[in-house]
Amino acid sequence: MQHVSAVREPLITGGKTYHDVTEDISRQVEAAPNIRWMAAFAVALVFLGIFFYSVYRTLWFGIGEWGLNKTVDWAWDITNFVWWVGIGHAGTLISAVLLLFRQKWRSSINRAAEAMTIFAVICAAQFPILHMGRPWMAFWVFPLQNTYGSLWGNFNSPLLWDVFAISTYFSVSLVFWYTGLVPDFATIRDRATGKISKIAYSLLSFNWKGSAKHWSRYETVSLILAGISTPLVLSVHTIVSMDFATSIVPGWHTTIFPPYFVAGAIFSGFAMVLTLMLITRVTFKLEDYITLEHIALMNKIMMVTGSVVGVAYITEFFIAWYSQVEFEQYAFINRATGPYWWAYAAMMTCNVITPQLVWFRRVRYSLVLTFILSIIVNIGMWFERFVIIVTSLHRDYLPSSWAMFSPTIIDIGVYVGTLGLFFTLFLLFAKFFPVINMAEVKTILKYTVDNGPTYNPNAGHAAPATAAPATVNTPGVPASAPVNYDKHD
Amino acid sequence: MKYWKGIEELEQTPDFMSSAFAEFMPVKEKHETTDESVAPRRDFLKLMGFGVAAATLASCEKPVRKAIPYLVKPEEVDPSIPNFYASTYFNGADYNAVLVKTREGRPIKLEGNPESPITRGGLSARAQAAVLSLYDGGRLEHFAINKKQVTATELDKQVRARLAATTGTIALITPTIISPSTRRAIFEFAARYPRLEHVMYDAQSATGLLQANGGVLPSYDFSKANVIVSLNADFLGTWISPVEYAKQYVKNRKVCTDKRTMSKHYQFETAMTLTGSNADVRVPVKPSEIGAVATALYGAIVGGATSPMSENATLKAAAALLQANKGAGLVVSGSNDPAVQTLVAAINAALGNVGTTVDLTAPSYVRQGDDVRMAKLVTDMAAGQVGAVIFYHANPVYNHPMGKQVAAALQKVKLTISLNDRLDETGNLCEFAAPDHHWLESWNDFEPKKGFLSLSQPAISPIFSTRQAQETLLRWSGNNTSYYNFLRTNFQRMTGGGQTAWDQAVHDGVAIGSDNQAALTMLGGAMSAADAVSRINSTPKPSGVEVALYEKVGIGIAGCESNNPFLQELPDPISKATWGNYVAVPRKMAVEKEWSQGDVLKVTGNGYSIELPVLVQPGQTNDTVSIALGYGRVLAGKVGDKVGENAAPLAMANTVGIQYQGVVTLTKTGASSPIAQTQTHQTLMDRKPVVQENTLANYRTNPKEVTEYEKVVTPDGLEKPSKVSLWQDYQYNNHHWGMAIDLNSCIGCGSCVIGCQAENNVAVVGKQQVINRREMHWIRIDRYYSSDHHKTEFDEKGKVATYKAMEDPSDNPQVIFQPMMCQQCNHAPCETVCPVLATTHSSEGLNQMTYNRCIGTRYCANNCPYKVRRFNWFSYYSNDKFEVVNGHMFTDLGRMVLNPDVTVRARGVMEKCSFCVQRIQLGKLEAKKQKRRPVDGEITTACAQSCPTDAIVFGDMRDPASEIHKLLKREDGERAFHSLDSINVQPNVTYLTKIRNSDAKFFAEEHTA
Repeated sequence: MQHVSAVREPLITGGKTYHDVTEDISRQVEAAPNIRWMAAFAVALVFLGIFFYSVYRTLWFGIGEWGLNKTVDWAWDITNFVWWVGIGHAGTLISAVLLLFRQKWRSSINRAAEAMTIFAVICAAQFPILHMGRPWMAFWVFPLQNTYGSLWGNFNSPLLWDVFAISTYFSVSLVFWYTGLVPDFATIRDRATGKISKIAYSLLSFNWKGSAKHWSRYETVSLILAGISTPLVLSVHTIVSMDFATSIVPGWHTTIFPPYFVAGAIFSGFAMVLTLMLITRVTFKLEDYITLEHIALMNKIMMVTGSVVGVAYITEFFIAWYSQVEFEQYAFINRATGPYWWAYAAMMTCNVITPQLVWFRRVRYSLVLTFILSIIVNIGMWFERFVIIVTSLHRDYLPSSWAMFSPTIIDIGVYVGTLGLFFTLFLLFAKFFPVINMAEVKTILKYTVDNGPTYNPNAGHAAPATAAPATVNTPGVPASAPVNYDKHD
Repeated sequence: MKYWKGIEELEQTPDFMSSAFAEFMPVKEKHETTDESVAPRRDFLKLMGFGVAAATLASCEKPVRKAIPYLVKPEEVDPSIPNFYASTYFNGADYNAVLVKTREGRPIKLEGNPESPITRGGLSARAQAAVLSLYDGGRLEHFAINKKQVTATELDKQVRARLAATTGTIALITPTIISPSTRRAIFEFAARYPRLEHVMYDAQSATGLLQANGGVLPSYDFSKANVIVSLNADFLGTWISPVEYAKQYVKNRKVCTDKRTMSKHYQFETAMTLTGSNADVRVPVKPSEIGAVATALYGAIVGGATSPMSENATLKAAAALLQANKGAGLVVSGSNDPAVQTLVAAINAALGNVGTTVDLTAPSYVRQGDDVRMAKLVTDMAAGQVGAVIFYHANPVYNHPMGKQVAAALQKVKLTISLNDRLDETGNLCEFAAPDHHWLESWNDFEPKKGFLSLSQPAISPIFSTRQAQETLLRWSGNNTSYYNFLRTNFQRMTGGGQTAWDQAVHDGVAIGSDNQAALTMLGGAMSAADAVSRINSTPKPSGVEVALYEKVGIGIAGCESNNPFLQELPDPISKATWGNYVAVPRKMAVEKEWSQGDVLKVTGNGYSIELPVLVQPGQTNDTVSIALGYGRVLAGKVGDKVGENAAPLAMANTVGIQYQGVVTLTKTGASSPIAQTQTHQTLMDRKPVVQENTLANYRTNPKEVTEYEKVVTPDGLEKPSKVSLWQDYQYNNHHWGMAIDLNSCIGCGSCVIGCQAENNVAVVGKQQVINRREMHWIRIDRYYSSDHHKTEFDEKGKVATYKAMEDPSDNPQVIFQPMMCQQCNHAPCETVCPVLATTHSSEGLNQMTYNRCIGTRYCANNCPYKVRRFNWFSYYSNDKFEVVNGHMFTDLGRMVLNPDVTVRARGVMEKCSFCVQRIQLGKLEAKKQKRRPVDGEITTACAQSCPTDAIVFGDMRDPASEIHKLLKREDGERAFHSLDSINVQPNVTYLTKIRNSDAKFFAEEHTA
């Protein structure tokens, strides 16, 4: 018997050459911003304005501007925090874990996913600071020696662990992201014509020369950072979950939280990556780089993690019943049937039921349905955190203190404001930074001289990508669609 | 060989030599300008240095403002050391003997005076809050004629001239006056102006009771009563002398292993009152049925009368029990109908209670108002027969049901004078205003009960240009003695004592002696029991919805407390509502009429209508509603204006007196107005670990089985929760502070809430913030209603449906109160989660809050199972939104009330009960100075100090001689329990299981295994 391995399908369609890649990606950076980008950026700036106004109100008058009360002392603030941190996780997973597992398909999405991580963590970091009564004293959470003796932080407090977890996560992600950007910055620097852009990208590229030594170091650093980041994928949300799990609030005091939160984070992260990628793909015409295969793969990860989360939800109920603890049981009954049942229903529908649609191939490969699904998951995961935080707190031990929470306009403003912050940063990134890792994508091109009449020397720099690949492959057609491959490849 | 560096050195010119060995070259002055206005170049660094230093210094916060040292220090005032002065609080409603705590000459807190044989150290919430009224910015600051400021001399001149020229009656309208010297001053005034008619009326009238007892208000002794039957009398909350009665009442309610008996308390009432919520058996009746209840009771005990209530089983049981306890029972009624009171008096007489629980020989004087006389005066005024009227602490335009007529009649009076402390609804209509001192600025004497005297003394020099009203009256009568001398002469006459007796009385605040006031002559009302029965039976039954007008524990009917934000924000003990009144409706009516909480109703009665929101009140009698009086003022001051609506005109002012009831029609307006409640969930959800209670019957058989102690499962079987712990226990080598709260004694009055607020500078947050569930009280009283549904229904109905059903209170529920403050856990969940160690454990068992270190993450509050932590959502002392309600932290006048020993918390920090750590420190220091250990009882918290029923015991649990040590030792395994024991936070607050002398169950019957 002879086993013939299946021919691997190309990860980048359209029969791109190295030069095509450079052209396709750099063009976005070099060309003047298009009208769609301008419109999107204007909207993002409006939301950023809402953010600044809401933050001003919060800082000037106090947390009382929010809807919190004596019973529910955290609500939208920490919901948003956990939501944003969770979103960040997909970036790390894609860049680090998939790198270690040699999942080459990650190359075309890792840059944007990592950028998303950074910006999501920036947005997330707003909340632990803003939610403090006295944010100007926020530096006290660091174990700084003070003049009165050895008054340090409280190392028993999960909030202190959070500080370390988030700051480590942010710095490692930032370094990882930036390392990957250096060769691409050098490419843009080399192509730059304007004086300012030349200087700017020179500075950003750290004098990258593309020498073998540089590449060797680049690969090593990437691998080391991937190694460091991989435990972070698990640890960050584990620690975030301990903010709840170490407490004694029924509904929070749960040992399942660490894996449950990590799965939820990856789940929501992939949903956000999908949302962003689908938009980027359309806006910047990157159909050949972000193929339907990518989307299908991400959909699968989303479905798996969504199902893990679903199992966790059910386990919580089982444990509440099994424990025979009255307060615990009531917390879960109240979660599903109490005054906030609608939040619970929204969470269940969005996170557990709708992702199961991904079993259908049509859904997996449909741009529109995937986009809708990713939004639904984002909403569902926001509700998950809301359900955990608010429905647990609003009815805990003493019925005398039971209360309802309703958000104020400022609560909403801070939340949609961080969306504005996120998209402002992301749009700036998409305009001024290469959105796809050119250097790495080039390593996965399936390209031979025989096969690829792609580079049209007559086309010049004006529009090479659109003219050439069209003859071979239609953008957006699934990579799995029949393609003529050269057999001696 | 000599080297030289230049020709100059070689030649050694004198010019060179002069500077050759100097370290610096001399300044060449010629470079400098002669213009003195220009700074020299070489001074640049100097000037810049100064400039930077000056700018830096200027940008620093100024350290202290207006700290003025004493030029000549008063001998008795030491900065930072409080002085206590005995005084008396009486504002026309309840009498309290107080100790005034002053700091640097400012009264900052009132505490109960333990020397008083009447209130015995207890203090009502209103009295606690009264210190804030001293610094009330709404007071009138000077004498005025037609609201224009004048001097006292000018006003005196004009008033005396006008009084002398008056034809017709001169009316002096006051609330009850229990001050013998004030009465004497009025006599002097009457001697000068013989046409004076002194009319007393009480906003909370007891005319009916006085009429039925021949002008005498009996003294009651609830402590001697084994059976108490109350007909609409809220004697623990508002009726006549609640602090005194509460003290007596709990004496017979406290139980311990050696005393397993309790009084049996029946309450027949319309609205759910504080008293009703403490009763063993509570029967909801309509206001119009109280007569029938009295008749039936009279019939059952004395005989010869029947009424529709005669067949009521509860009533029969009550009557039987009363008869079985002759001489040890007590029937009281809050009704103002002389017929009802006549029957009540007859019942007490027939049972032989007179002389034991009812004392007619040492009558109480705190109610002397005669509604009939007042009504007649209003008629006279309207008829133009009154030439002059003087209001002294009386505001009938607002608080009398005939307020509108009074206002109209005032137009007919030529001379109108107000001695009220502010331009209130009545004072505003008067020509002359001669505002009285606040009582904390005045000398005065009181005789609340025959033979018992009480003094008040100035604890601060007058804040405004006011004059004591008694002195004003003396001036106008041509007597120029000061009221102090007048009072002393009078005091000597009453007690027969000299200087020593006086000094002792001023020190103690109380004395024995009497003015021997004669019984009042009431206009009408006296009748025989038979007449009373026939009158009650012939009264037609009102048709339609009956309204009961009641008084709140915090805000009195007279409205004196309206401008006091402490009291406005004091949660009603039953409904937990603050800031305003509402229509309390029974659930059945709300369901039938499709009203839900907060729907605004138009209430119409007596041709007058008001709009108020609905509050669904369990225990409210069917087909009746209740509305609190004392709200809806318009000229009380910034705080009290337009809070709620004035329901006084809905009361019936008939020929025998004011009846606080009536018939109203209710229509839904479609608007809605939220009610600011501090507790919105009403039932306990059968959570026995939170609070426990049991029946007297069980307690009698086995005191060891009345409390359920939770066990946790361990590998070694069921164990006490404290056996399993991840924590290392703290070692307490010196003190270990603890508190025990007897749920049998706690009546839920809320006095501790205000005591704590005044002691600890707790902010008032206003109606909207209470609606947002952000009140700041460090101690609250949780109130749970019983439900008709219990966990026992899990099997048949399922958990979800049962839990839903358990949220609804019963229609006539049992009530349990649980004071809740920081439990000072030994394994405190809040301490672990603070990232910056702002909340830590002390070596004396206290859970300490370091405000300066707090960054406000609020995790501690989330993790607190008792939800007692309070967050400063706003800057309550500087945010304009709180200027009105939290005035005592805003203005210089208001800030005088703040306790300098307690920090005013900044925005963004967490706060909570500290076990009054400042009082603990003070006590320890005092003991240390005297080289001894603190003695039990000398250190106590503000809540324990003010508790009228001694439900709260505070002390050092490690001190074997302490009361708390003994109490906990005695009650261990019997009634002592910790709330939420199973989560093993190990609180330092211990509760004692409530024992009820009734058959009704709060919790479902246990399944017997």
